[in-house]
This record gives sequence, structure tokens and C-alpha cells, in this order.
Amino acid sequence: MARTHSYAPPRRGLFTSRAWTALVVLTAFAAALPLLNVFVPADSALHVSAYAIALIGKFMCYAIAALALDLVWGYTGILSLGHGLFFALGGYAHGMYLMRAIGREGAYQSDLPDFMVFLDWKAYPWYWSFTDQWLYAMLLVVLVPGVLAFVFGFFAFRSRIKGVYFSIITQALTFAAMLLFFRNNTGFGGNNGFTDFKRVLGFPITAPSTRAALYLITLAVLVGAFIGARLLVRSKFGRVLTAVRDAESRLMFVGYDQLWFKLFVWVGSAVLCGIAGALYVPQVGIINPGEMSPANSIEMVIWVATGGRGTLIGPIVGAFAVNGLKTWLTTTFPEVWLYALGLVFVLVTLFLPQGLVGLFNRLTQKRRSAAEPSAPVVAASRPIGTQS
Amino acid sequence: MNLDTRPFRGPAPFASRGVRGLTARTLAVLACLLAFMSAAQALLPKDVVAPLGGDDSDAKVAAIASLGAIATPESIAFLKALRDENVSVTTEGRVLVVNPDATTEQNATDPVTGETLALPEGADTLTISNLLRGALDAAESGLRLLSPDVAVRRDAARSLQDHADPEQLPLIKKALAAEKDESTRESLAIVVSVLELKSPDVATRKLAAERLAETSNGQVRPLLAALIETEPDAGVRSAAAVSLHEIDGRLKRAEWMGNAFYGISLASILLLAALGLAITFGLMGIINMAHGELLMIGAYATYLVQLVFRKYFPGAIEWYVIAALPVAFVIAAAIGMALERGVIRWLYGRPLETLLATWGISLILMQTVRSIFGAQNVEVSNPQWMSGGITILGGVTLAWNRIVIVVFAALVVLLVWMLLNKTRLGLFVRAVTQNRRMADCVGVPTGRVDMLTFGLGSGIAGLGGVALSQLGNVGPDLGQSYIVDSFMVVVLGGVGQLAGTIIAALGLGEVNKFLEPVAGAVLAKICILVVIVLFIQKRPQGLFALKGRQVD
Repeated sequence: MARTHSYAPPRRGLFTSRAWTALVVLTAFAAALPLLNVFVPADSALHVSAYAIALIGKFMCYAIAALALDLVWGYTGILSLGHGLFFALGGYAHGMYLMRAIGREGAYQSDLPDFMVFLDWKAYPWYWSFTDQWLYAMLLVVLVPGVLAFVFGFFAFRSRIKGVYFSIITQALTFAAMLLFFRNNTGFGGNNGFTDFKRVLGFPITAPSTRAALYLITLAVLVGAFIGARLLVRSKFGRVLTAVRDAESRLMFVGYDQLWFKLFVWVGSAVLCGIAGALYVPQVGIINPGEMSPANSIEMVIWVATGGRGTLIGPIVGAFAVNGLKTWLTTTFPEVWLYALGLVFVLVTLFLPQGLVGLFNRLTQKRRSAAEPSAPVVAASRPIGTQS
Repeated sequence: MNLDTRPFRGPAPFASRGVRGLTARTLAVLACLLAFMSAAQALLPKDVVAPLGGDDSDAKVAAIASLGAIATPESIAFLKALRDENVSVTTEGRVLVVNPDATTEQNATDPVTGETLALPEGADTLTISNLLRGALDAAESGLRLLSPDVAVRRDAARSLQDHADPEQLPLIKKALAAEKDESTRESLAIVVSVLELKSPDVATRKLAAERLAETSNGQVRPLLAALIETEPDAGVRSAAAVSLHEIDGRLKRAEWMGNAFYGISLASILLLAALGLAITFGLMGIINMAHGELLMIGAYATYLVQLVFRKYFPGAIEWYVIAALPVAFVIAAAIGMALERGVIRWLYGRPLETLLATWGISLILMQTVRSIFGAQNVEVSNPQWMSGGITILGGVTLAWNRIVIVVFAALVVLLVWMLLNKTRLGLFVRAVTQNRRMADCVGVPTGRVDMLTFGLGSGIAGLGGVALSQLGNVGPDLGQSYIVDSFMVVVLGGVGQLAGTIIAALGLGEVNKFLEPVAGAVLAKICILVVIVLFIQKRPQGLFALKGRQVD
């Protein structure tokens, strides 16, 4: 029977029922961990250490950033080597609030943060105004990366800068920002950045319950971002993005204006990345210009590549896998870590172009097609979404 | 006449007083010479020496200055004795020079009468306070103007510019009249004019202010500015203002020249860093993020060659840099070719993947170097012929190592141009760049050409590394700091265009150096990056784009 092929989004549900189950189970499991930390006594076998909570919380922030990067790279074909900048800007925006929340408990007992006292500044510069309001800081978390991405993206996409050119100028952008933030006079603490936070919204920042709450918020944002991204890529809009990736010129000839499609996903991705950074800072307790180094941004890319770009579960898997490896190696064999990371870059690009998820799909597909040889093999060159 | 071979007949082995030792020694030699030349024994005037026996420090300072101005062999010998604390004051305030080597009872000499006597009881050594030492220094630099050694005179004239005393004016004028060395004359003329600015005579002051217009010495500027404020005479004031204007103009020109030179120097560095990239990225379309690490490897190769030379050919250590060039080229090219065959070959047509894979390679190379040589910077020294510099236009010093690197960069560019345009390999490279399939059809071994081209680009990075090792620190992170800059040069210059790369490097270097004094180093860099980003918006294909249609 001839199957009619429609290019409209399929009318199926967002996820298969199996995928829904997996999502719910995984989320519930992840949400249970901080509760096991707070409520189970430390000598119990079920107790989860504060270290593990902090680590997983950090990884989830990375996963959100990776998801954001995947939307532009995996789905739209725009490789950004500057997403670390958006991540750090989100972090700095939240960090400004956290610095002001220290109050007079800094080393100099001043209303100003220590680094400003050190520079002999008498008052906050204008761009610090209202940052003592948490809501305003949250607005900045969204607006600063968003506006920067919009301005940069508008000019870049309008003149149709593509491929490696785009990658290189995003790298230059984050490099320039790093140099700027390294200056003491920029007013963001120079190379020490922001640290020694005391409290967030009045809660002491190192208390287990605060940490658990931050963890749960991060988890909620991650799951929300995952479902939101799924909605986006499954929509007609998402199909256009994929078309931008695969045949941009053809899409233009058909009559689509690629500018706004690209710009939308680019700005959305930057904002999501900024939110990830804002969640990262209170959990890690420090933000400095090192986060903007080109190396950091390119490391984000390898999370996505390792997990599998063009899938949504891939970047999350990749962020956890690469950072898990990093944590393990840097504590046990610190010498080996850069070799390992370098090898991951080479091996993934040479042998795993679709990442771990692609490998998994290939293995399961092979098994399935072996089981029912008569079923037509769907030519899904790049799997969109996953059936995990 | 060689002074150093002349037997020393002074009173003492030199008491070396730290940095002052050299001055004391020059002085001693000078004293000896003058003593030898003058047959007649003229003694020191009593009214000059007497204040040294008193308690008034200002009078002592004045006395030392006049002793320096007298500049006879006796006064020189006396000043030296003062510095060595061989002068004593008796209880009646009589000043005596003590000879510590004397074998007889008669160990003291009266500098005024020349009488030799035993040092009376209760005589105290005249201690040299810092105040007196300063006065001695000034007096001695005046005296050193009479040295037969040009270098000593030049140095003395220069130090007089900082602290000349009006008392010394006659002496300096005398020295100026006898001076033949141009540079010393120039410095002395400035000193004379500066001193004459304080003259009570209006005409002298005016003349001095006018003469100062010819100097390009920055130190004179505040003096003239102060003169304009305080000078009572309008004529002198306007002369000073005119001179000030001229000096400012000259200083500005000198600064401009200096900036232009440093811009060219920076451009040559950028060019060396980016030229290899222009070949791999520009001609082959390969984004090689490990390019910076190839630079770093070139620098480390220089370090190794230096070690080998130190150990086995210490006589030829001056020329190790030259030997390092082929070594660095071969090592970097070999690594590049291995990279191309092993990794990049499989990623042709997938530039983004190439970017990631080569980034991984760069991490591995960096960590390898760190494991072998340690994370610290290694020491690569400039050979003698590359250190120092030449001074042009008074005040602008062009460092030799920078000049050498500018010339070297020009040679490398020439070499690459010849290679690409005049050799068979170059022909093949251009053929493959223009139409890979057609080149393949007519029998160009495209695979090998790819490998060789990539090797060439990498080898040039190695050469760049040798140059960089002569300018800055050599450490495992060396390449990281150049990668963004060199990509900017290539992108700005336009892909596939050597001329574009050169002009982009020159432009970036000059703009950077001219912005730096205005905006500061970091802001200048940021400005440039922003401008490039904006420029690429306008001309995505760079300054010199190949005209043609593109398909994707």
C-alpha cells in the first residue's frame, strides 16, 4: 500500500507513551535525590551527599545550555562558538543580585562589593542600578543575552553569514567579551569575578535546603526546556528550521525569509543559555570571565556532538557524559583529562557523527530490521526527537 | 692613549661603593691622568675648601660644586678622597686629606698649602651624607665630561640633563667647546640652554629658550612650560612658547613614527601567525584550530635547538635562531601532514566537524607539550645581534628583534608567493583549489597535493613560532593567544588571497597600535574585534573576494 507522505507535522502526540513514561520516571528519580539529601540522615545507605547534589545540579545547568546550543546547531545548522558568552552573561546578571545580597558581610564591611572597595569606587556604576531587586536581575538574565543575541544575529543573518564564518565571529565575540570582563574597570570584579555569595532571596546560599531548592528549580527548567524544545521542533516552525539547516538556498527560493526563523531560534537559544548560567552561579558559587573563554564555548559544542546533535535527548546525555568523564578524570588522573577531551573531539567527529544517541538508534534499528525484514526501513537521515 | 695600561699612582686601591664604584674608578683614572699631565702644582683655594670643615651642609654642598667646577687635578683628587671618606677635619676646622697607605707618620696633607703632616689628635673623618653624595655625583658627572672615552662623556652629558648645577656652567661650556662627538654635543647644548634659562640676563634666557626648540628631548618640555608660567619678560615667554610648540610637534612626529613601526612589527607577527592559516583555510577551506599549537611547536623547536647549541656548539650559539628555522619548519610540517592524513582527510566537505576535530588535536598537542616540557614557560633568549635597538629621531627606539622579524616576515611572504606561483607544486595547489575534480581528471594527485599544501601551511606556522619565540614568552598556551587574531586576519583579508592576508595584517597591526594609546590595550583589541565583526557583516567574503558564483 502506498503511503502518502505529508510534510506537515504529524498528528501524533508529543511523545510516545513509552517516552512519556521514561520522562516521568527519570524526572521523579532526579527530583528524589535532593530530598534524600535533606531528609535522610547522613549515615543511611539512601543518603545522597551534598557533593553529588551540587554536581548533578551543575550538570543540569550544562545540559540546559547544551540543549540551547543544539537548537541552533543540531536543528538549524548554525554552529555557535560563543554560547559560553550567553551562559556567562546570564550568570553575571544573577551574580550582580547575589553580590548585592551579601550586604555588609564582605571583607570590608561596606555596602559596595569588595572588589569595588578595592578599586576605591564610591558608588555603584549606573549599570548596577536596581540590581538589588531580584526580579529585575531575572529580567536582566533574559534581556542581556537576548538583546545581544538579537543585535548580533540580526546583522549576521541579514548579511547571510553562514558556516565557519559565523562560528569564527561568534568565537571572536566571546573572546572580546572575555577581555572586556577581565578588566577591573569594567565593574564586574575583573579576573576574580563574583564569588563569596551569602544568600539568595534571604535564604543562606550554602544551606542544604536552599541547595535542594535550586536543584529542583534547575530540574524543572531542564524538563520544561526539553518539552518546550520538543514542541518547537515538532511544529511547522521546527520543520522550517531543519530546512534552513539542510537547504537554506532552496528554502529562500520557495519564499521563506530565513532571517526571522534563524533569529527567533538564535535569540531563544541565547536566552535559554543565559537562564542556565543564572541557575549555575548560585549553585557553583562563582562566576568569572574564564567562563567566556573560547575553550569553554567549544566544550559546550562537544557535549552536543557527543550526545548527538539534531536530537533533544542527545545534548542532555552528552552534557552528563562528558562532564561526568571530566569530573572523574580531573580528580583521579588530572594529567589525562585534556588528552581524553581531545580524543573525544576527534573520535566523535570521525566515528560518531550522530553521537551516542545516533549510535543507540543505529544499534536498535539494526536489531529491529533484523527481526522484521519485510518492514520498510525509513530513511531518517537525522532522527528528530527520540523514542527513549 | 690607552688609560687602563697606565700605572695607577693614586693613593688607594679603589673602594668600590656599589654602583658608584664605576664612577669613582673613572674619576680616579682621570685624576691620575691629569696629575700626570700637569707639571705645576697648583693648590686649592682656601675659601673653597674651608666650608667643608664647618657645620653648614648647604655650604658644604656649594663647596663640592665649586670644587667640581674648578676641575683641576687637585680638585679631582680631593673629590675622590672625599668620596672615599679619606678627608678629616681637625678640631680647629682644618681640612686634611688622609693617605691610608702612608708608611710614615706624615699621613695627612693639607689640600690648601700642600703641607704634609701627621694627623692631629681628635681629627674626625668627614662623613659623606646622602646630601653630600648627591653633590658629589653632580660634580663628578661634570668632571667626567673631560674623560677621553666618548662613551663616558656621552653618559655624563646625559646624566647632566637630569641634575646639572648652575655652578657647573663654565665647566660644561668648556667641555662643549672641546667636544667633537655629535651626540654628546647635542646633550651638552641642551644642558647649557637649560642652565641658561635660569640666567639673570634676559637676552641669555631668550637665546636659551630659542635654542631649546631644536631639541627633541621630552624632559625639556616641562621646564619650558614652567618658564612660560614664571618668566617676567614677555619676549622670553613668547620664545619659550614657540620652542614648546616646536618640541611638541617633534615629539608627536616621533611618537607617530614609533607607533607606525610597532604597528608594522605587530602586523608582521600577525602575518606570520596567519599566513599558514591563509593557506590551509584560504586555499583548502580547512578550519585548523590546531594552527596556534603549530606556532607553539615551532617556538618549542627553537627552544630545543637552543639547548642543543648550548650543549654542543656553544661557539655558534649566536646563530641558533637561523638553525632553528628549518628544524621548526620540518617538525611543524611533519605534524601537519600527519594530521591531514590521519584526521582531516576524512572530514573534507564538513568544515564544522573539521573545526571540532582540530580543536581536539590542539588540546592533545598542548597537553603533550605540557607533559614533556612542563606547564611553565621555557626560556628562549635573543642572540646578541637581535638584542638592543637603533634610536631614530631622538627618542624612538626600534628594537632589533622586531626589525629582524619584519624583514623575516617579508621574506616568508615572498617565499610563499614564489612557491605558489612559480613552482609545479604551486600550480597543482591552485589547480586543486579552483577545480578539484578537473584537476584529478587531468592527473593531479589531489590527495598528495592536499597533504603537501597542509604541510606547507603548518611549516609556515612553525616558522612563525620561531619568530614569536624571539618576542615573547614560550609556553604551552602560546598558540591560544594567537588563534583568534590569526583567524581575524584571514577572514578580514578574504579567503584564498595572499594579498588580502597581508593587507589585513598590516591594517590590523597599525589600527591596533594607533588605538592603544587612546583606548588602552584591551579596549583597542575589543574595538578591533567589534569592527571586524561589523565589517564581515558588510563584506562576508573579506576585503579581496574572488568573484564568482557559489552553490551550496
